[in-house]
Amino acid sequence: MKRRLRYSASSLRGDDNMIRIDAKDMHYRALNERIRELVESGEAGVELDNVCGQKFIGDGLRARMRIVINGTPGNDLAIFMDGPEIVVHGNGQDGIGNTMNSGKVVVHGNAGDVIGYAMRGGKVFIKGDVGYRVGIHMKAYQDSVPAIVIGGAASDFLGEYMAGGVVVLLGLSGGKITGDYVGTGMHGGVIYVRGDVEDNYLGREVIKSEPDARDISIIGRLVGEYCAHFGKDFDEIMRKPFLKLSPRSHRPYGSLYTS
Amino acid sequence: MRSDTKVRRERNPSGCAIMGILNKKGKRIDGTRIIKSIALMHDRSNGLGGGFAAYGIYPRYKDYYAFHVMFDDEKCKTRLEEYLAERFIVERDEKIPTAKVESITKAPLLWRYFVRVDDSKLDDKPEDDYVVEHVMGINSNFDGAFISSSGKNMGGFKGVGYPEDIARFYRLDGYKAYLWTAHGRFPTNTPGWWGGAHPMTLLDWSVVHNGEISSYGINKRYLEMFGYRLELLTDTEVIAYLFDLLVRRHKLPIEVATGALAPPFWKDVDRMPANRKKVYEAIRMAYGSALMNGPFAIIVGFNRGMIGLNDRIKLRPMMAAKKGDFLYISSEEAGIRIIEPEPDEVWAPKAGTPVIGLVEEDVE
Repeated sequence: MKRRLRYSASSLRGDDNMIRIDAKDMHYRALNERIRELVESGEAGVELDNVCGQKFIGDGLRARMRIVINGTPGNDLAIFMDGPEIVVHGNGQDGIGNTMNSGKVVVHGNAGDVIGYAMRGGKVFIKGDVGYRVGIHMKAYQDSVPAIVIGGAASDFLGEYMAGGVVVLLGLSGGKITGDYVGTGMHGGVIYVRGDVEDNYLGREVIKSEPDARDISIIGRLVGEYCAHFGKDFDEIMRKPFLKLSPRSHRPYGSLYTS
Repeated sequence: MRSDTKVRRERNPSGCAIMGILNKKGKRIDGTRIIKSIALMHDRSNGLGGGFAAYGIYPRYKDYYAFHVMFDDEKCKTRLEEYLAERFIVERDEKIPTAKVESITKAPLLWRYFVRVDDSKLDDKPEDDYVVEHVMGINSNFDGAFISSSGKNMGGFKGVGYPEDIARFYRLDGYKAYLWTAHGRFPTNTPGWWGGAHPMTLLDWSVVHNGEISSYGINKRYLEMFGYRLELLTDTEVIAYLFDLLVRRHKLPIEVATGALAPPFWKDVDRMPANRKKVYEAIRMAYGSALMNGPFAIIVGFNRGMIGLNDRIKLRPMMAAKKGDFLYISSEEAGIRIIEPEPDEVWAPKAGTPVIGLVEEDVE
C-alpha cells in the first residue's frame, strides 16, 4: 500500500478568516510548499487539520505568520524558524525548534526528545512533559536569548552543553521533575527548576543557587506567558520556590590544550 | 553471480522506522494497520530494506517450525530440500505467495516449509536447539539459501525495498496475526541485501532495530561460546540470539534479561536498596558480555508477546500506546495515531526500561 501523496491542497477560510488546510494523507513536502505559498501571498495565518507525522512544518520560515496545527506534527517542527508563531493542539514529536532564530512554538501537550537543540532565539512553551536532551546546546547572542518553558517533567540530559538561553522547568505533572545528567557540559545560560534537583542528578559543571530578584523577574515573565497560553494559575505556580542552575565556568575547557 | 541470499561484502554509508502491534487477547488482525503505520514513517528509511514479522499466521500448522527460505535459484532449492529431507519431517511445502510490485526487483525464490523433528534425531537434545543448529548451519554454509525465519506459527517477510512495497509484494493484507512488527531500513554499516533486512529472527524470536550495537564484537564472542554463529555481518542478529540465550535457554524472566542487555549504570546500582542492588550486581557479573552498548530502539517479537527496549541513555526514539487490548510501540507517535487516533494512554518509554506486552495466559 503506497501512501498517497497529495500535492494539491484544498484550503478554505474558517470563521476567523484564517485559511484552513486539511492535511489528511498529505505528504510533508506538499504541505510545506502550500504554507510557503501562503506566506508569500501575505497570509497572516493558517490552520492545519488532521496533521499526522508531517515533518519540517514551519522550517526556515521567515515571516510573521500564525500556524495552528491540529494533530501530531512530525519531527523537526519549527527548525531554523525565524518569526512565525506555531500552536500545536496535540503532542509534539522530536527535534522541535532546532536552531530556531525567532518566533514562538506553543504545544498543548507533551513533546519528545531534543527540543530546542542549538536554539538561538525565540520561545518554546510545552504544556506537559518533554523527553531526553531538551535544550541541548542552546545559545544566546546579545538580545537573542532563547527560552524553553516546560510545564511538566524532563528526562535525562536537560540543558546538556548549554551555552546560553533560559530553560524553565515547572514540574506540574508531579513525580520526578528531571532525569539524570542535568546540565552536563553546561557553560552558559540558566536553568530554573521549580522545586529541587538532587545533586546526584546534576552534571559536574553545574552549580545550584537561589534565584535573585532579576532571576525572579525573568521566571515571572516566562511563567506568566506560560499561564496565558495554557490557562494556568500564575500565583499558584509561583508560590513554590525555584532553584537556579548555572555553569561553574564559561570556559570549562579553556586551558585543556594549553597547559 | 550476484547472490541476494548470502552476505554481500560491500559497505553502505547512511535512522530506521520500527513499529509493533500486539493484541494481548490473541485476536488476529490483518496486515492493513501495520502497513499503514510503517508507511507513514516512509521517510525514515531509504528503500534498502523493509520487513515484517507476523505471529499466529499459520494456525493449521502451529506445531510445525515454519521455515521461510530465500533461494538464489531452483538448483539451490533442490539441494536444500535434499538436506532438509534427511534432517526434518517436512509436512508441507509451498511457494510463499507474492505479487508483482514494480519497485521490488531481484527477489529471490521464496518458499516455505512446515517441518518437525523426528525424536530419533534428537539424542536428548531439546528440539529447539536442534533446529537452531541446523538453521545456523544452513545460513552460514549453504550457498544460495537463506532461512529468513524458523519459528512456529509465525513468519518473517522481508526484502530490499520500502516496507509498504515489501508488504504488497508479500501480500500481507492476506495474513492474520495477533502480533505484527515492522521495519523500514536505512542501512548504515552493512549493505542492503534481502537476508540483511529486518526482522532478524531465530526460532520464534524476531527483532526490528533502529540504531547500532557498538558492543557487537563483545556480544558476538560471548554468543559464539554458546554455539551461535554470527556471520550475517549485521549487529542486529546479536539481539535475537541474546534473547534466545537469556530467555529461552537460561530461562531468565524478561525483566532480568533486559536488565542484562541494557543495565543501569553502576552509579545508579550503588544507590539502589540492598536487595535490588544485589540482583543488578549479580546480573552484571554473570552477563556483562551481554550488555548492548550504543544507540538502539528495538522491538522483539516472540510467540508470547513483544518487548520494546531502548539503550541506556535513549539515543533512539520510541513511543508506546495502549488502547483496550492493543499495545503499540513505534518510532513516532504519529505512527500510532494514524491507526489509533485516540489511544487510552501514550507514553515515551524511559531509557533502558522495557515495555513488555504478553499474550494473556488463557489465550490459545
